[in-house]
Amino acid sequence: MTAAASKLIDGRTGPWEVVLGLEVHAQVASKAKLFSGAPVGFGAEPNSQVSLVDAAMPGMLPVINRHCVEQAIRTGLGLKAKINLWSRFDRKNYFYPDLPAGYQISQYKEPIVGEGRILVARDGRDRDEAPFEVGIERLHLEQDAGKSIHDIDPDATLVDLNRAGVALMEIVSHPDMRSPEEAAAYVRALRNILRYLGTCDGDMEKGHLRADVNVSVRRPGEPLGTRCEIKNVNSYRYIQQAIVYEARRQIDILEDGGRIEQETRLFDPAKGETRSMRTKEEAQDYRYFPDPDLLPLELDPAWVEEIRAGLPELPDEKRARLMNQYGLSPYDAQVLSAEAARAAYFETAAAGRDAKLVANWVANELAGRLARDDLEIEASPVRPQALAGLVELIEEGVISTKIGREVLDHMWAGEGSAAEVVDKRGLRQVSDTGALEALIEQLIADNPDKAAQVAARPQAIGWFVGQVMRATGGKANPGAVNALLKAKLVRES
Amino acid sequence: MPIDRDTVRKVAHLARIRIEESKLEPLAAEISGILTWIEQLGEVDTEGVEPMTSAVAAKLPMRADAVTEPGNAAAVLANAPRAEKGFFVVPKVVE
Amino acid sequence: MSDDLTSLTLAQALEGLRARRFSSVELTRAHLAAMERARSLNAFVLETPEKALAMAHESDQRLRRGEARPLEGAPIGIKDLFCTAGVRTTAGSRILGDFKPTYESTVSANLWRDGAVMLGKLNMDEFAMGSSNETSAFGAAVNPWRSRASNRPLSPGGSSGGSASAVAAGLALAATGTDTGGSIRQPAALTGTVGVKPTYGRCSRWGIVAFASSLDQAGPLARSVEDTALLLTSMAGHDPKDSTSLPVETPQFRRSVGASVKGLKVGVPREYRIEGMPGEIETLWDQGRRWLEEAGCELREVSLPMTRYALPAYYIIAPAEASSNLARYDGMRYGLRAEGEDLRGVYEATRGAGFGEEVKRRCLIGAYVLSAGYYDAYYLKAQKVRRRIADDFARVFCEVDALLTPTAPSAAFGIGEKRADPVAMYLNDVFTVTVNLAGLPAISVPGGLDGEGLPLGLQVIGKALDEATVFALGAALEKAAAFSARPERWWA
Ligand SMILES: [Mg+2]
Ligand SMILES: [Zn+2]
Repeated sequence: MTAAASKLIDGRTGPWEVVLGLEVHAQVASKAKLFSGAPVGFGAEPNSQVSLVDAAMPGMLPVINRHCVEQAIRTGLGLKAKINLWSRFDRKNYFYPDLPAGYQISQYKEPIVGEGRILVARDGRDRDEAPFEVGIERLHLEQDAGKSIHDIDPDATLVDLNRAGVALMEIVSHPDMRSPEEAAAYVRALRNILRYLGTCDGDMEKGHLRADVNVSVRRPGEPLGTRCEIKNVNSYRYIQQAIVYEARRQIDILEDGGRIEQETRLFDPAKGETRSMRTKEEAQDYRYFPDPDLLPLELDPAWVEEIRAGLPELPDEKRARLMNQYGLSPYDAQVLSAEAARAAYFETAAAGRDAKLVANWVANELAGRLARDDLEIEASPVRPQALAGLVELIEEGVISTKIGREVLDHMWAGEGSAAEVVDKRGLRQVSDTGALEALIEQLIADNPDKAAQVAARPQAIGWFVGQVMRATGGKANPGAVNALLKAKLVRES
Repeated sequence: MPIDRDTVRKVAHLARIRIEESKLEPLAAEISGILTWIEQLGEVDTEGVEPMTSAVAAKLPMRADAVTEPGNAAAVLANAPRAEKGFFVVPKVVE
Repeated sequence: MSDDLTSLTLAQALEGLRARRFSSVELTRAHLAAMERARSLNAFVLETPEKALAMAHESDQRLRRGEARPLEGAPIGIKDLFCTAGVRTTAGSRILGDFKPTYESTVSANLWRDGAVMLGKLNMDEFAMGSSNETSAFGAAVNPWRSRASNRPLSPGGSSGGSASAVAAGLALAATGTDTGGSIRQPAALTGTVGVKPTYGRCSRWGIVAFASSLDQAGPLARSVEDTALLLTSMAGHDPKDSTSLPVETPQFRRSVGASVKGLKVGVPREYRIEGMPGEIETLWDQGRRWLEEAGCELREVSLPMTRYALPAYYIIAPAEASSNLARYDGMRYGLRAEGEDLRGVYEATRGAGFGEEVKRRCLIGAYVLSAGYYDAYYLKAQKVRRRIADDFARVFCEVDALLTPTAPSAAFGIGEKRADPVAMYLNDVFTVTVNLAGLPAISVPGGLDGEGLPLGLQVIGKALDEATVFALGAALEKAAAFSARPERWWA
């Protein structure tokens, strides 16, 4: 079965292919808003971060934030996309209480960034498959709206404009994804790129990264079906749930002989369902036109080149380099390159050590503890040099991998370097053959029946290994124990 | 007549302006008159002409990424028809 | 005494103040008294006597200390389209209610920075949409001029009708206006005053209630060319808060007043000789040519073939921009909020009750021409025609330095006379609107009276940023015309 075929969904009448495209709204990392000098923050008092421009007071005018433009260019370059040296801002007109001007300033016909692409590594159940490419149709700059709160006052809606005017990058993909896992992996890859570039912090809980998913289904090989857009799906889990639900809903309609109506739908996380917001017939007529308060955005090519020259190594480049330079597996390279800080940590720790061993420790033991304690890697209580010290002890056989985990826990708790922990707690591995031999002989003498079993079934030797480890508190060198046991038990049989 | 009463009703809806039923017909006639007069633009050859969106032939000026308006909820809410606890209070929005 | 003080020009008043012949408080009181007597003109929608006297008092202190700023102590009026901090600003509309801005428009702030004194806020067509002041929620301002034959109230033109009426009647030394399609120049022509629309981008639009953003420009109205030059020098200047504000120095425009116009080439556009134009306007236009010739200019006929398409293009572009600019008047954050059964009901009731007929009409036209399926046929087409109009000007400005035209196709008309036919009303701007579309500077100068004793204006159009030539030619016309007629004070 090919990779593509494995993603098909079975219906009553045969297999279906789900086709997915995403529109991601990423909040630009900036101090001030896109067109005003009001601060960008989170959790401030209502309407306390609102300028007269953001509140659309009469006579107020927008002036664009240069840094936000730069962030959009940087992101475009990171998406290997065409930077449009001439772009323009349009007004998207509609009435809503949290849209103060009655229009959103956006880029409709002439976005700042055109076609690009991103390479997406897979994870989950298809993590060993090759990465796939998703085409980027465009990226444009636009204003965020304010926040409407419906559940405080039963008879009214409350409006907070703190978010109104915050800069967003809307990143539109081609319909290149074929499964919920691919869609989630795409968002993850995109988020990693944004974080590498420093153009968006990617904080989905705060709504700094939000996805709209376009879902359609078709018979394999047939033209694209009618799509529905699912709005504001704001976690990897919801993205996948929403797609699974929506694809099934569409398949059911088609298999019952119905037709899909093009519409905008809303995902309800509580029910795990999507429901209709508005159909194409009710679709708003946004009356886009060029914003006469602004002039066309013309970029100096030298500025674009300057930004390009300052780009960091991006996730897929780093991933490839980690595999080449350190001989890491695709999976370890993927995990380590997901975040620039994680890769930097790894590279510092790996200097002069067994890189694969270090990768394993960073990607599994360290990452697990960071996740447990909800820490960024920059805040890890165990610094890369300290982890390198731990790996060194393992490499030299001073401690086993198992004891290494225990040592890491003590280091995590602030008990000092790996060597100090090992000394203080007497965790040095027992490789003294004399002492082990005596212990083993005693065990054989005390358990003749078990010894006999080993003769019949060599795997039964594991029982003795376990007993030796228990008796030594895990400090016995497993290689030495195995060799001694084999020598005694297998010869004597 | 370029536009009829139903079109006026639709556009009024789009523009969120209440127009009395009795005014739709006269308004349609008036607007049609204006549009008919406007349609003489059809005589102008605009083949290959770049649309003019602004009378300014300058580059878009850009501001620095600095907080120049720290925000003042009192000023923002000063003219609000209804405000409570720092929020604008607006008619219930049904989603 | 008081009458004398209200008939001074701004330049004369500034001189008198500096020479301490009278104080700013005296000058301001004289104007406040005149305003009170002239309430039947309905020129002011809000008088701010306390503010005026406080400002005048401060000016007097500065004058005494010898620290006079360029407009120190001069009482002026502000069109109610300019946001004034703590002072009700309505844009001539019901929808803004008692809106009191917490901020001051850049242009008015510049005037206060230079020492001017605010008398109050001036009447105008609602959201500057109109050519007669009749669309104002406060009722029409009345032209101080009356025809010899009749006492019927005449319109001062619009949209800056209150400004023109106040300046013509001696209620303010000068006033601010805004001009989107002719809203400074046409009222100036209809009231025997001088009005200037500067190059688009000279004056900041920040804090001016927007009508049509790509066309709106602030400018002065006053009783002499020199006065408008003084005022514009204070009003203009680059403003980083307006992305369309031009980053250029503001010249001392007064220096151009009285400058030689010898050798200047002035074009007379053939297409401005329109059908049905009153003979007296044509006669005045010919007279204007001769005046400039006598002053040493070289006059020549030029062609601006796109002229007749300017108004139709304008009546797509301006309503389209306005329909979007006025979306913010929704009853949510400020201004009027009407009752409604639900959110949509509140929106529709608020905007239905808050906007007048002309504003509604233009918002509907604007929404229609931008809506799906019509954008290309209307809006895009109009923008292309706009380009061709601008190209026309660019071409003739290769051979001439400026253009001479009439300002308006008629003298002042009776209030209510053109109400029934929107297109007839729109035709008022036939000579002025081209300039807005191309973003050029222009001045209207009174040239004489028609047979009924009503003033007529001549317009000089210049190249972008060449206000200097516009002021020089305007002053040459002013000098030759020696227009000194003043309306009889029938209202006082
Ligand atoms: Mg979208
Ligand atoms: Zn968007």
